[in-house]
Amino acid sequence: MTDAPPTVLRLTGITKHFGPLVANDGISLQLARGEVLALLGENGAGKSTLMSILFGHYVADAGQIEVFGQPLPPGQPRAALAAGIGMVHQHFTLADNLTVLDNVLLGTEPLWRPFSHRGAAREKLLGVSRQFGLPVSPDALVGSLSVGERQRVEILKALYRGARILILDEPTAVLTPQESEALFATLAQMVAQGLSILFISHKLGEVLRVSHRVAVLRQGKLVAEAPAQGTTQGQLAQWMVGHAIEAAERRPARHVGAAVCALADVHTTSTGRDRLQGVSLTLNAGEIVAIAGVSGNGQVALADVLCGVRAVTSGRITLQDAPLRARPAWLVRQGVARIPEDRHAVGVVGDLPVWENAVSERLRGGHWFAHPWWRAFWVKRRAARAHARHVAETFDVRGGGADAPARSLSGGNMQKLILGRALLPPGDAPAPVLILAHQPTWGLDIGAVAFVQQQLINARDGGAAVLLISDDLDEVLALGDRVAVMHDGQLSEARPANDWTREAIGLAMAGAKT
Amino acid sequence: MTELLDILANPAFWIATLRVATPLILGTLGVLLCERAGVLNLGIEGIMVAGAFTGWLTVYAGHGLWTGVLVAALTGAGFGLLHAWLTVGLALSQHVSGLGITLLATALSYYGYRVSFPKVNTPPTIEPFTPMEWLGVPILSAQTPLTLLALLLVPILAWVLLRTPLGLAVRMVGENPQAAEGQGISVATTRTGAIVAGSALMGVAGAFLTLSAFNAFFFNMVNGRGWICVALVVFASWRPGKALLGALLFAFFDALQLRLQQAGGAWLPYQVYLMLPYLLSILALVLVARKAAYPQALMKPYRKGER
Amino acid sequence: MRLEKRNHTSPAAYVAAPVGAVVFTLLISALLVLWAGAPVGRTYALLLQGAFGSVFALTETLTRAIPLILTGLAAAVAFRARLFNIGAEGQLYAGALAAIAVGGMHGGTGLEWPPYVLFPLMMLAAALAGALLLMGPALMKARLGVDEVVTTLLLNFVTLLLVSALLDGPMKDPLSMGWPQSVALQGDLELSKLVPQTRLHTGLLWAVSLAVILWALLARTVPGFDIRAAGANARAAAFAGVPVTRTVALVALLSGGLAGLAGAIEVAGRTGYLTLDMSPGYGYSGIVIAMLAGLHPLGVVAAGVFVAGVLVGADSMSRAVGVPTYIADVIVAASLIAVLVAGLLTQYRVRWK
Repeated sequence: MTDAPPTVLRLTGITKHFGPLVANDGISLQLARGEVLALLGENGAGKSTLMSILFGHYVADAGQIEVFGQPLPPGQPRAALAAGIGMVHQHFTLADNLTVLDNVLLGTEPLWRPFSHRGAAREKLLGVSRQFGLPVSPDALVGSLSVGERQRVEILKALYRGARILILDEPTAVLTPQESEALFATLAQMVAQGLSILFISHKLGEVLRVSHRVAVLRQGKLVAEAPAQGTTQGQLAQWMVGHAIEAAERRPARHVGAAVCALADVHTTSTGRDRLQGVSLTLNAGEIVAIAGVSGNGQVALADVLCGVRAVTSGRITLQDAPLRARPAWLVRQGVARIPEDRHAVGVVGDLPVWENAVSERLRGGHWFAHPWWRAFWVKRRAARAHARHVAETFDVRGGGADAPARSLSGGNMQKLILGRALLPPGDAPAPVLILAHQPTWGLDIGAVAFVQQQLINARDGGAAVLLISDDLDEVLALGDRVAVMHDGQLSEARPANDWTREAIGLAMAGAKT
Repeated sequence: MTELLDILANPAFWIATLRVATPLILGTLGVLLCERAGVLNLGIEGIMVAGAFTGWLTVYAGHGLWTGVLVAALTGAGFGLLHAWLTVGLALSQHVSGLGITLLATALSYYGYRVSFPKVNTPPTIEPFTPMEWLGVPILSAQTPLTLLALLLVPILAWVLLRTPLGLAVRMVGENPQAAEGQGISVATTRTGAIVAGSALMGVAGAFLTLSAFNAFFFNMVNGRGWICVALVVFASWRPGKALLGALLFAFFDALQLRLQQAGGAWLPYQVYLMLPYLLSILALVLVARKAAYPQALMKPYRKGER
Repeated sequence: MRLEKRNHTSPAAYVAAPVGAVVFTLLISALLVLWAGAPVGRTYALLLQGAFGSVFALTETLTRAIPLILTGLAAAVAFRARLFNIGAEGQLYAGALAAIAVGGMHGGTGLEWPPYVLFPLMMLAAALAGALLLMGPALMKARLGVDEVVTTLLLNFVTLLLVSALLDGPMKDPLSMGWPQSVALQGDLELSKLVPQTRLHTGLLWAVSLAVILWALLARTVPGFDIRAAGANARAAAFAGVPVTRTVALVALLSGGLAGLAGAIEVAGRTGYLTLDMSPGYGYSGIVIAMLAGLHPLGVVAAGVFVAGVLVGADSMSRAVGVPTYIADVIVAASLIAVLVAGLLTQYRVRWK
């Protein structure tokens, strides 16, 4: 009978407040050597906060951390690094303008040394890279690397410093299924060499596959801990939310109508991979077309083109048989509802009040909320505020009120505001004929995700054409009537969802022709 | 045309060019250091005034010239510390903080001057630095020690920025502060250090004006040189070597316009010649604008741990 | 020391912040007064008296406030749109130049058109001159990404040199006996006095009206929304359909125009001709005023009167007590920094770890 592997990490009673908000409430966890512990929870459950405390970005209000039996000084990433903890952040902490070697080398040498030992560092980096099967070229500029390569550099930063405990924050969010597999293989190799891993994810299937144990956080508390073996996804979801949730009621498309929008061999110019290289697609009324693909393959270009913020260099786009104009005001007037990918940076103007954001798209062109120009463009305040109230009520937008700045809304409420603004026309305006939803459920908790997905399905049943771009494969397969895959600026054929297998999609995401 | 050749062939012209370039080199290096760390320092114009004043006042009070330079550097560092507190500690607007410091440093200097010398009309003078005859090198021998300091600082700063761990830390906090934090580097400390050091250089640039170029302090002495340094940093793509080149180029045209005025006679009003340096700076900015490889975190406030 | 975001801020805090900042500044400036060897209490009393203590003082303060309110408005509208116009000083002179060019008594009489044609023309020319001067840097920023702070600053020097050249040459007043000043403005183009036997002229009505108009524009119209949205988040604004480049051009027109008008109104109301020292840094003070007012047009009026009071009071105090007038500049500059910090405290709470 072998002894249980030693505990390498012990958190006891970690508590953290941000003002009145309790982010972590008395959390206690252990991690054993060679173990993969998955940390699950909705957005705002406290996972990132906990890991940030562990790594020293924040200081806990109460509680202790012991690493390899030694107490960890709080609040210093330097101490965490010295103790053997490494963190692979969700948004890579890399400088594009510097080389791979520079990024890895930073902070590993005493600051007062007059000369950096780059030669020795390069050798060491290549050694570690070989040891864990993560090939990199040390002198490449990070800005020129692909997403998968960047993640490798991020991981190597930690391994170079001799990390024995690795924290991975949503590592597969930006990878294709195949790249995810490669990552899992790397993790297995690390575990075989005695490393311990803390794996944060919200992808339930992955979590059960990859980890030994699962810990679930909800509203700052640790509500469940269980071995991965024998736990179901349903149980995990229930622990995460606290009650059984109903997924969006999925109905197949009943009445597919005429083409609303058609793209014919569309090209755009841009640097890097986010461009369109000959995309053709038809969007029909009463149908959801879902686009799968790893972000960075042209989805942003496609969305930008249909949202009116980017022009095409060749090819044609028609909207109800008329050429599409790259002007947001015109698109809104024609009945195009646009839900952008980045709600904070693009969806709302954060400093302006909620009510102004609710009507921001309708102040010109159709003049719904503005007097025509001979009355000097006065805003019809009362009508605008009334509509804003209507949107907030119908779409259950909760926050500080109509006059609070939009940035004070939580992610879910902000998304509901954007959705309501797009889908709920004012007064006598027609219902939207085309809905463009770009990552509409990203970063939302399960309840909000279900709400948003239901709205899209309802809109489709009401006769609108819906284009859904999502890097969540489950969402694509659940909602799409037809599915197409985007890779390197090109779109595969849009086949009915039932004609695709996960494998085929994965291959298409990576560029293999099927 | 022959007038132009005459001007260029005269060593006095090149001596003047190097002399005019010195405060620009020092000031541009100072701004460069701050911006590499991700912070715009628009306090340079005021810091140069303050450095000019305190350096000169120290010498006027009977202390040595190098003591004056030190005091000027410390004055600059002091204002740099204020700017660092406002922009790094409190994450306030870098534009407004810098402008506030320029206004404050200038006002304090003028006030201090008037309090110290309430009744004089001609500015009192001091004995400035003397040319370095002992060097024995043409053009360089006619310069004062601060010019030599400026020229030496260029390769030193380049070395520190590009070849030392400290320089890497400075560059990283200017590119991606989260990355620096994640590698155990304190963004606040590094940025503050860079700003303080850069501002000290700006103070010395100001001291050059009173302790070498001229021998007295008078109002409107700096006359926009600080802003020109800000433009030159963009032109130099944040590299010390190119900063030297930019400063020399600029000084070349500035020295040239003065001599052209004298040679060319009165067919263009002298003010037009004086406009040239400023117009050239704007042109330089426009030319490099598209390709400018900004430090990616420049002017973005960084609040540690803010969600 | 750490900063923690507050959940909500009471409206009282928004007023307390600038007031608290100013009080703090005055306390610090007291140290400077002590350095000059003057009694602090008496100095400040004289400052207050010189600013507001008599009808004469009050009219002087309000007269000085006129260009300050206008440059303050210029800075406020520009900064709202994140267009950091530091060139109001040059735009002011450009406006004054245009006013003299149109309305001056060139060759003895100048343009012999009726005042109700010439006056609006003169004002329009002034506004246009200021606007055009800012348009260059604004477009350079919008199209090329060139930082407008440095370009507008450098243009100040260029404009002043241009004025100097013109005052030496074509616009020189033949009667001035070598002193560089321009030809005088035609008499019936001058602004009338608000209070007889003082220097206070109807320019004050212009300044206050423009403040109200600017407020209404920003708060109640679509272009105002565009300006606020483009300044807060240009990407989101563009997504919502705001024509960002056109908006930046509009802001340049407004900001440069207001600064140009400041110059014209100074010429038409206070001096009657253009000299090189007409503006002791009104353009730069305008920025401080805009910040003190929180970029609110109506607040600019109050802040403008405050700064004018400090400047006028310091002049009069200096004659009596001997503290250099530069104390006014120190107070104004320190107020700016203090208001910045105070403004932060309305949004954040300080936590000493």
